[in-house]
Amino acid sequence: MRRVFIIAVPYLWLLALFLIPFAIVLKISLSDVAMARPPYLPQFSWEAGWGAFLSQLDFENFTFLTTDDLYWKAYLSSLQIAATSTLLTLLIGYPIAYAMARAPDEWRATLMMLVILPFWTSFLIRVYSWMGILSQEGYLNQLLLGLGVISEPLIILNTKVAVYIGIVYTYIPFMILPIYAALHRLDSSLIEAAEDLGCSRAKAFWLITVPLSRNGIIAGCFLVFIPTLGEFVIPSLLGGSGTLMIGKVLWEEFFNNRDWPVASAVAVVLVLILIIPIVLFQQNQQKQNEAQS
Amino acid sequence: MPECAFAPWTDPGAEPLIRFRNVTKRFGDFTAVRDLTLDIYEHEFFALLGPSGCGKTTMMRMLAGFETPSSGHIELAGQNIVPVPPNKRAVNMMFQSYALFPHLNVWDNIAFGLKRDGMPKDALRERVAEMLKLTHLERFARRKPHQISGGQRQRVALARSLAKAPKLLLLDEPMGALDKKLRQETQFELMDIQEKTGTTFVIVTHDQEEAMTVASRVAVMDEGELIQVATPSAIYEAPNCVYVADFIGDVNIIEGAAHRAGEDRYTVHWADGQAPLMAASDKAFSPAQNAFLAIRPEKVLVTAERPADAVNAIQGRIHDIAYLGNISTYHVEVAGGRMLKAQTANTRRIENRGFTWENRVWLSWDSTAGVLLER
Amino acid sequence: MRLSWFNITSLTLGFAFLYLPMIILVIYSFNESRLVTVWTGFSTKWYGELLSNQAFLDAAWVTLKVAVFSSTLATVLGTLAAYALVRGARFPGRTLFSGMIYAPLVMPEVITGLSLLLLFIGIGLDRGVLTIVLAHTTFAMCYVSVVVSSRLVSFDQSLEEAALDLGCSPWDAFRLVTLPIIAPAVISGWLLAFTLSLDDLVIASFTTGPSATTLPIKIFSAVRLGVSPEINALSTLMIAVVTLGVIIASLISKRNFVREQQGVAGRH
Ligand SMILES: Nc1ncnc2c1ncn2[C@@H]1O[C@H](COP(=O)(O)OP(=O)(O)OP(=O)(O)O)[C@@H](O)[C@H]1O
Ligand SMILES: [Mg+2]
Repeated sequence: MRRVFIIAVPYLWLLALFLIPFAIVLKISLSDVAMARPPYLPQFSWEAGWGAFLSQLDFENFTFLTTDDLYWKAYLSSLQIAATSTLLTLLIGYPIAYAMARAPDEWRATLMMLVILPFWTSFLIRVYSWMGILSQEGYLNQLLLGLGVISEPLIILNTKVAVYIGIVYTYIPFMILPIYAALHRLDSSLIEAAEDLGCSRAKAFWLITVPLSRNGIIAGCFLVFIPTLGEFVIPSLLGGSGTLMIGKVLWEEFFNNRDWPVASAVAVVLVLILIIPIVLFQQNQQKQNEAQS
Repeated sequence: MPECAFAPWTDPGAEPLIRFRNVTKRFGDFTAVRDLTLDIYEHEFFALLGPSGCGKTTMMRMLAGFETPSSGHIELAGQNIVPVPPNKRAVNMMFQSYALFPHLNVWDNIAFGLKRDGMPKDALRERVAEMLKLTHLERFARRKPHQISGGQRQRVALARSLAKAPKLLLLDEPMGALDKKLRQETQFELMDIQEKTGTTFVIVTHDQEEAMTVASRVAVMDEGELIQVATPSAIYEAPNCVYVADFIGDVNIIEGAAHRAGEDRYTVHWADGQAPLMAASDKAFSPAQNAFLAIRPEKVLVTAERPADAVNAIQGRIHDIAYLGNISTYHVEVAGGRMLKAQTANTRRIENRGFTWENRVWLSWDSTAGVLLER
Repeated sequence: MRLSWFNITSLTLGFAFLYLPMIILVIYSFNESRLVTVWTGFSTKWYGELLSNQAFLDAAWVTLKVAVFSSTLATVLGTLAAYALVRGARFPGRTLFSGMIYAPLVMPEVITGLSLLLLFIGIGLDRGVLTIVLAHTTFAMCYVSVVVSSRLVSFDQSLEEAALDLGCSPWDAFRLVTLPIIAPAVISGWLLAFTLSLDDLVIASFTTGPSATTLPIKIFSAVRLGVSPEINALSTLMIAVVTLGVIIASLISKRNFVREQQGVAGRH
């Protein structure tokens, strides 16, 4: 009895507030937009029955997504932005994680805390803090102009570059932590052994350190790539109207155009796109767990 | 020895405390315990022996109530306990992993079960103090489990399970992490406690010496089945199969064909051109049946000449000598390259020993020294 | 181990990158000028303005309410879910259940928000504080359950059995043994759920109605138009609260550690 209770309560909660809502999205993505409240058709009614209801559903919205180039461009540009910023995050995060793993033991706890601390501060504020830095009259331009490096203010805010900076900044802890965990486990005598066997420093790094931290790198990349793909806040605050990202498109489709069926179809396609990296990520984690046990 | 007089298992009228009736436990399609039928009597000190993974812990967990038998039933004092939840059983268990509560200190760990029973404060304090004294843990009462050594943890686990003075105490390898001296002390303490409290003990051990010292009866298990249940001396002197003979202590096994040679007597043809060996057995063997003669090394006599009156004598060459202080073991190669072991007590100093490597010697023993086994 | 120059440089630059933007934000929150990027002098007037801005105070109150309710509810549900996943050997639909626990963690917020909104409209629930609480509880419970189950997995089950063996009812065993041991994970789960709720813009925007505006929604609509000194002041306050919280938490855990060590030493 008690066992049933423990399982049933969270189970039913998730069914009602996660699975069913998602089924509704699926259903509405197959409906047609209408001037009604709620603004889509068909509505299910018991009198008409299931047959009539199902016969009115179609894939029109999905066809629409392929014909209007706004959507597939937004998907492509989201993928491109997510991939580029994941790579940038890796390039910046790896040296930090590496240095943390090499730091004296008594520093480690503090360094860890310093990496985790931003997690606890508001995401919105962290993104916002770059607006003042990157704007045309912002601190960065003031500094560079003051130093005489540039004569014209750089235009960074409302471009893709600002989006990259924002993503790297907010997601870098997700990259640092798994890589640090992998490097931390790495026995430093392995490097010494490699050097003893005639490797140079750099060669030992490529042949030993990088392969042995591969799982951390993969995990970190997925942890950055997956959430960035559907990101909304960063492109809408830092990227201008020129930066297309699918999360932003969905938001606008829903709130500005009030086209619920198309917004739902956009969501369904986004989930389908996300399934691939998520499954790959799961497999990587599983392999890692098996290797450890 | 109290064991001599204490033998309720020979009394058909005695009511056992625990009865296993055809108990089988399966995990998926793996059978951990197979058709186990066993009686354990009150005041017994019952030892379970067997190789790792043979189902000892599983059997204990069924007694404690953490596993339900797939079939069969278990009775405690005449009552079927299968449906009784663990917290309602008058059984306590000392876990193989100790299972000390990491957030409670030693004192609170020991007091935990007593508090569940709502024991009055003063009595409780006294009881815990008694347990701490018994296990020599007074100095560590305020420490957390992670702040004491492995052996100390084991003693806390023991004290905790003893504190409630249960009717039946299950000990799953209670002394694995103790050094030899502490282990012997604890063994005697356990026997002492048992005598004082009359608690019935079921103990799992990997140490046969321990089983021999403390147990009233020993059960040898293999792959989920009971192979033999008997007193320590019976297990040692009269094992019922090669497995048990081999598992407990050192043994020579000679395989051969048995032929009847009179009342309860058989000859064993073990090698071509060698005189058959004579063995007594009350088991019946059909003519030329394959049989195994098991002889303990200490029952084999080593001599330079063939003893005149020897019933069984084999000539061989000393291959190796293992000097163990109080005794020496001779590894003697006999016909067919077979190796037999013989043990002698070192009553004389080592340099006065009679034999050395490559010497030709005679091994001899009495017809009743060995046991003839079917398998 | 000594650090090479390369490592020192990457640590310095790395942490400068992580912290400089926030430090600048804090500094400029004390700027007198309304033009945020031009320093004209020290002043705390934006804090005064912020604290007299009723709309912000209302939003903060709503946010706090939502965060407290949803994180508490999420902690209870998430702990139950973790328990069911780790301990509840097999039950029908277990795969679906664990899928539903992990999916919200990787689901883009826009989709979670959209689907919940469509549900609330579908069943005719008035949107407001209640619907945000429901929405936040749903995704936060998944985080809690992941945190708690990682602790439960490493938790030796024989501890619970020992408690039962010593006479505890299953509920007592949970209360006296399991809960104290997993408490740190439950507390971090609650804190995580709380900050996630405080922080959330997207899901709250979808699931709220005109009656309830949370702080992130308010901040978002303000900063869309550009940098503003009140938001700088607000951000500074929020950063201060978090920093203080983390410092206090680490002091507490350090003190407990020291006390435990002294407890050992005192016994010799
Ligand atoms: N919960 C379980 N699920 C599946 N198999 C199990 C389970 N518990 C035990 N087994 C299996 O049952 C067999 C007997 O296990 P048990 O723990 O009783 O061995 P044991 O005799 O106590 O061994 P050891 O001396 O190593 O402690 C083992 O092969 C084990 O793998
Ligand atoms: Mg065992």
